Amino acid sequence: MAALKRRALLGGIAAAALAGVGGGFALRAYAAERVIPVKARRFTYEPDEIVLKLNEPVILEFTSADVVMGFRAADFNVRTDIFPGKSSRVRLVPDKVGTFTFHCDIFCGDGHEDMDGTIRVER
Amino acid sequence: MTHSIDRRQFLKLAGLGGAVLVSGWRSSDGIAAADSDFYFVQLSDCHWGFEGPAQNPDATGTLKKAVAAVNSLKEPPDFIIFTGDLTHTTEDGQERRKRMTEFRDIVKDLKVKDVKFMPGEHDASLDHGKAFKEFFGETHYTFDHKGVHFIAVDNVSDPRASIGDEQLAWLKADLERQPRDARIVVFTHRPLFDLYPQWDWATTDGAKAIEVLQTRDNVTVFYGHIHQEHHFKTGKIEHHAAKGLMFALPAPGSTPKRTPVAWDPQVPYKGLGFREIEAEARPVKYDITELPVVKA
Repeated sequence: MAALKRRALLGGIAAAALAGVGGGFALRAYAAERVIPVKARRFTYEPDEIVLKLNEPVILEFTSADVVMGFRAADFNVRTDIFPGKSSRVRLVPDKVGTFTFHCDIFCGDGHEDMDGTIRVER
Repeated sequence: MTHSIDRRQFLKLAGLGGAVLVSGWRSSDGIAAADSDFYFVQLSDCHWGFEGPAQNPDATGTLKKAVAAVNSLKEPPDFIIFTGDLTHTTEDGQERRKRMTEFRDIVKDLKVKDVKFMPGEHDASLDHGKAFKEFFGETHYTFDHKGVHFIAVDNVSDPRASIGDEQLAWLKADLERQPRDARIVVFTHRPLFDLYPQWDWATTDGAKAIEVLQTRDNVTVFYGHIHQEHHFKTGKIEHHAAKGLMFALPAPGSTPKRTPVAWDPQVPYKGLGFREIEAEARPVKYDITELPVVKA
């Protein structure tokens, strides 16, 4: 039981470090945030539509099924590399309502230019 | 826009009759301004190898028509530059080289033999510019022509659309050798500024390049990538995007996706074209004339 708690705590610290946040309060807030897994593969994201609630921060957790790719949501100033075999996490705060495009920003193959999706932010 | 042939003819005549009048004009590098007016041609985004009848049913004929159009200009340009995406991307290195061979064979028919090339991401991002260099030489370079210092900046060989610290240092060192008032023209494929990052119309570290370029008074950027005419200013630097020669793209953010514009059978080659750019020394300016692939 103690070991489990310790692992959970370490996991939280690692997650907080990935998100660039520090301090006990931020750590607790981060741990409560919803994690949305997104799988990238040439040349799609799954899901390719991410529905979020206004002002509800989320963690997007990416994995790649094949090659190195990127994720960029320019409207939220969020981007990350996506690597095969390991996860990449970014924190996104949906601070405006609407539908916004995200795309792969690492030229990854002949279907690269079609590799995109949308973030839909609702009230 | 401007009628540059007429203008060039006028300048030529004025030069013939006004040698005394202009003899006092000398730029800081000592080249007589009367010798400094000239024009060059920019072609961009040929995407040789693209197949998409809905966007261009003449995919194998458009580039050849553009070459013929350039050859038919009344007065030959001093030089011609292709600002990237000579070929359409392919993951097959052998096919990439085949497309580059075919492209090179077609543009060999250009009467003007001073032809310069730059890569686009379709040419260079999947192999870091290896095949491009085999066919067309370095991906970034400088040259001087009649008092203008030209700099070709490569923002595509890195698949992350980055110029990179090494090339930025090279750019800075090159600019430091230029007088502050030097006439400088920069060629890139992607826009250096954040034109529309949502569609990847940006350069990851373009702001660093602009910061360096801002140290000089007369810098103008000509680029491609967005397959349409576009004009923008960052500080004192003008940025001019060129049309493409395979398919047009929508205006930034005007549609949900960056889907190529459908071919209009009523107006074939609509949205495609090339441009001539007349470089004038006094005052420093660049007159751009957009030209169609096929005359109406």
